Formats: sequence, structure tokens, C-alpha cells
Amino acid sequence: MPSIEAVNLTKQYGSFIALSNLNLKIEGTKCVGFLGPNGSGKTTTLKMFTDLIRPSKGEALINGVNVHTQKKKALASVGTLIETPEIYASLTPREALTMIAEIRGVPHAERKKQVEEVVAEVRMEEWIDKRVGRFSKGMKQRICIASALLNNPTLLLLDEPTTGLDPRGMSEVRDIIKSLKGKNRLIFMSSHLLGEVSDVCDEVALIDHGKLIVYDTLPNVTSKFSGGNNVVEVGLVRPVDSKILTQTIKSWSDVTNAEKIDDKNYKISFVGGLEVQERILNEIVKLNIGVISYKPASSELEDAYLKLITATL
Amino acid sequence: MTQKNFESKNTVPGSIAQAGIITKNTLLDYIRSRRFYILLSITVLIGLLLTIVAYYRPQFFPSSELGFYSTWWGISVSFVVVLSAIFFGGDAISGEFQNKTGYFGVPNPIRRSSIYVGKWFAALIASTVMIVVFTVIAVGNGLYFVSGVPYQFGESLLFSWIYLVAVLSFTFFFSSLFKSSSISILVSAILLLVVFSLVNEIIVRFVQIEPWFLINYGAQIIGSVLASPYPPHQTSVSAPGFRGETVQINTFNASIPEGLAIMGIYFAVTAIIGLILFERKEFN
Repeated sequence: MPSIEAVNLTKQYGSFIALSNLNLKIEGTKCVGFLGPNGSGKTTTLKMFTDLIRPSKGEALINGVNVHTQKKKALASVGTLIETPEIYASLTPREALTMIAEIRGVPHAERKKQVEEVVAEVRMEEWIDKRVGRFSKGMKQRICIASALLNNPTLLLLDEPTTGLDPRGMSEVRDIIKSLKGKNRLIFMSSHLLGEVSDVCDEVALIDHGKLIVYDTLPNVTSKFSGGNNVVEVGLVRPVDSKILTQTIKSWSDVTNAEKIDDKNYKISFVGGLEVQERILNEIVKLNIGVISYKPASSELEDAYLKLITATL
Repeated sequence: MTQKNFESKNTVPGSIAQAGIITKNTLLDYIRSRRFYILLSITVLIGLLLTIVAYYRPQFFPSSELGFYSTWWGISVSFVVVLSAIFFGGDAISGEFQNKTGYFGVPNPIRRSSIYVGKWFAALIASTVMIVVFTVIAVGNGLYFVSGVPYQFGESLLFSWIYLVAVLSFTFFFSSLFKSSSISILVSAILLLVVFSLVNEIIVRFVQIEPWFLINYGAQIIGSVLASPYPPHQTSVSAPGFRGETVQINTFNASIPEGLAIMGIYFAVTAIIGLILFERKEFN
């Protein structure tokens, strides 16, 4: 069973503490989102798990092996994507990925097939023999994601994997990550995008000012720290009597609050998931008040995130 | 995803094999790069200019085989060696930080030392290509103008290559010291092309001690081996000073073992320190 463990992991630059005594053990086959504001220590942590930086104190263990003393063994079955790597400009994706496949020990007979498959996975087949120097940032990011998938790693360490991608690319990468879940893999990914984490991850670890705030399953974190509220915004084509409308909506089950934003826009808070959200939409349409838009304004995870981060300020 | 069929229980290659993988791919990158062709053009241009000079045979160009090679090759090959080392070694490691290519290679099951050694060998092979091209032009000149190639030329060629090995190690060291490609290239170039020659000159002329601690002093054996007889280790001549007094002027020539030792020490010390620096350097 793949695992990563931070034991008193600390990184200090002079008097600035980037990461302070992080103790975190994650094991099993699941996807864990690593959340935190800018400068909270997310990338620092991932860099210490990939030998890009050294800990000032403590240990970064992968499958029980210390990354800094036995790097080759520790990273033998790990796919990584840290920041936005550059690839030697004059190499083609085929050459660059073959190099990584060779380094990771993919047998010669399988190498070509694996490289072509991971390139197909990130939808870059037509660029496989073109030089990387001409690629956009998003295209390079796709090749780097392909590189992380080589040799079917049991652990994936991804640092904001959708950075630099267009909306379609972001959606495709999320689909790739979802498809990788449940295949005897542990995925540990940092992200700023709470929707992405909600969509993809089973558990979340929240870090701020170099300290771990919480690590738990997504439902536990949201139920403990968000107050269980989701919020949707409703847009109307014409103004209505706000007092009657808000009182009506508040009387529905699972709705915790309804308030006017302006004459044509209302905010509804509710407890529950997509089923409740759908039921509220059906009810509000039945009121025949000219609903023209209905969209989530914030999520339980966002609520939890903001409460936890605010608490540490 | 169809790649799920592959098992990830494959054995990671040994560190030497991985260094070989890095060498192969870095060399491919070098050979396709603009800098390779720029340096090749400079090398050929130097060769062509020397060919023109040899054709007109000015008085300082000796007509003996050894003298011809001493003048044609002995003066210029060090410059080609230093340029090659700066072009291929000047930013070999710092570029991994500045261009972020290190983020692609380092977070893999590979020791940093394998990356360092692999890149060093790639730079050595690319630089050796330049030396080979320059050698071909030199030998072509020798065959045309003096109809022969003395065995001492072989020794000089070997010493040039050893100098290349030492200078590449030196440039890799500076490349490990800085995270900026331009700074590491600039510092290497200034030291190798200007500072060492200047310090050599100042020490010999004014301090009058043997500059055994300078790599370019050790590299003198490249030209000295083409002299017949081999220049004495130290010569002293008396010359009138500014105020009419007699002053002693010493000149020093590194012996072959001394030159080899200087280059060997430069290679070993800068290779070890450069490697340690790269091992400890952080991608932040």
C-alpha cells in the first residue's frame, strides 16, 4: 500500500520558517488534496518529497524510505509534477519521455508503447515528434503530466497540475486524475482550486503558515468546519416581492437562509449535496418568478477553507 | 487509461547507466542547439584565418615541421579549448535552475551526481568534436605547408584534451556555484580568458615566482612540447631597469609532469566541489 509520511518536517530559510514540524501520514489508494494559501508551504512540502530541496529538520518518507538518504529507492515508483518544469527545448516529447522512461527503468520492449500511451492520455499525439521549444506553456505542462504517468507509478505527487492549462485542458487533467484513482495509487496533489479538490479528492490536508491545520476526509472537513452550508445564487428576469420570496424559500426543508442581493438576485444557503440543490431549483422554478440563472456561489469546502484560514491569521 | 497494464516493478538502472542516459540526451540537445553550430563556425573560422596566415608565411611563421605546428596550433588551440568549455560547461548546471529543466529530471529515481556526471560527459564529447575539427584543419595545414606531422603534435593534442577535461570541470564548478546562466558563463569566461592570463603576467613579471597555482600555466605544456628542445623550467635574464640598475627577469615553463599535475588537481578539486555544490543546491 503506497504511503507518504512527513515526520517533523521543517524548512527554514534564515529566520523565515516555510514549514514547521509537519507531521502527516497518508496511506492507501486515494486522492488527497493539499490546500493552503500562497506561501503556506505546500510546494515546499512537495519539493522535499522529491529531493528538490532538503529539509532543515525532520524526514520525508515515501513507502517508509527516506527521500534524502535513499532517493532512488524512495522515488522508484513515484510520478511527479512540481511547479511547471521545462523540457530541453530541442528534444521532442518522444525523446524527453523516453529519457524519463529509461531513467525509471521501463524495459526497452515496453518503452515505445508506454511513451505513446501517456502522450495519447494527455492528447498530444500529433505533437509527439515536434520539438518542445515551440510548445506553449500548456502543451509543456501536458507533456510533464505524461512524464509523471510513465511506468505506472503507485504514487503521484502533483503540484497544481492544472496550472497553465486552458479550461478544456484543466477538465481533461481532472478526468485523468479521476481515472487514476482506485487503481492501487495514492495521489497527493496541491491546488488553489477548491472546486477541483472537491471534484477530484477523497481527503484534504489544509496547511497555513507552514503548519498543518487539518487532515481528514472531505465530508468530515466540510461538516466540521463549514457549518454544512452550500450557497447558490438565483437570477431573476424581473424584480419580485423580496419579503414573500425569502420567507417562502426559507420555509423549505434543508434551506438555512435566503437573502436578497439586489432586486433581481438572491442568495440561498442550504445543507446537503447535489440532490438538495436540484430539489431547490425545481421548487423555485415552480414559483414561476422568472428564473434565468442558478449557480453555486460557494461550496462547503470553500466555507471550511475560509473559516480555517481566517482562524489562523 | 491503457498504460495500467504495465507493472511498475521494473528495476531502476544503476547510477552509471543513468549517467549514460543523461549524456545521450544532453548531447542530442547540444548537437541540435544553435550554440553548437556557432562554436563550430568560430572553430572553423579560427582555422581558416590561421590557414590564410600560414599561406602568406610571415617571418614569425617557421618553416620547420615542429616550428610550424608550434606557431599554428600551440598558440590557438588553448583558445578553442576554453571557448568550448565556456559554451558547453558555462551554464550546464545553472541552466537546470534558471531554465527549470531541473524540475523535469531531478524529481526522478536518479542521483544528482548521475545528472552532473552525465551532463559533464555530454559537454566533453561536444567539446571534443570542436577539438577534432580544429585538429583536422591543423593537420591539413601541416601536410600542405610542411608535409608532415611530428609525433610531438600527438602529445600536444593529448595535452590539449587533458586541458579540456580540466577546464570543463572548472566551468562546471562555476555553473554549480550560481543559479543564473549568464552569471556563471560570464564569470567562467572572464576568469579563463582574462583574469588568469593577467594574474600569470603580473606574478611572473613583478612577483617573480612560479605561478604553479594557475591552470593556464599548467596548460603551457601544450605549446612547450612542440618546442625543440623543451624549454627550461626557469630562465633568468638580466635587463636594465628604469633607473639604470640591472634587474633579473625570470620566466617559467611548466615541465610536463608539473603541467599534468596542475591540470589534474584543477580537474579533481573543481569536480568534487562542483558535485558537492550541485548535491546541496536547492530548487527554490
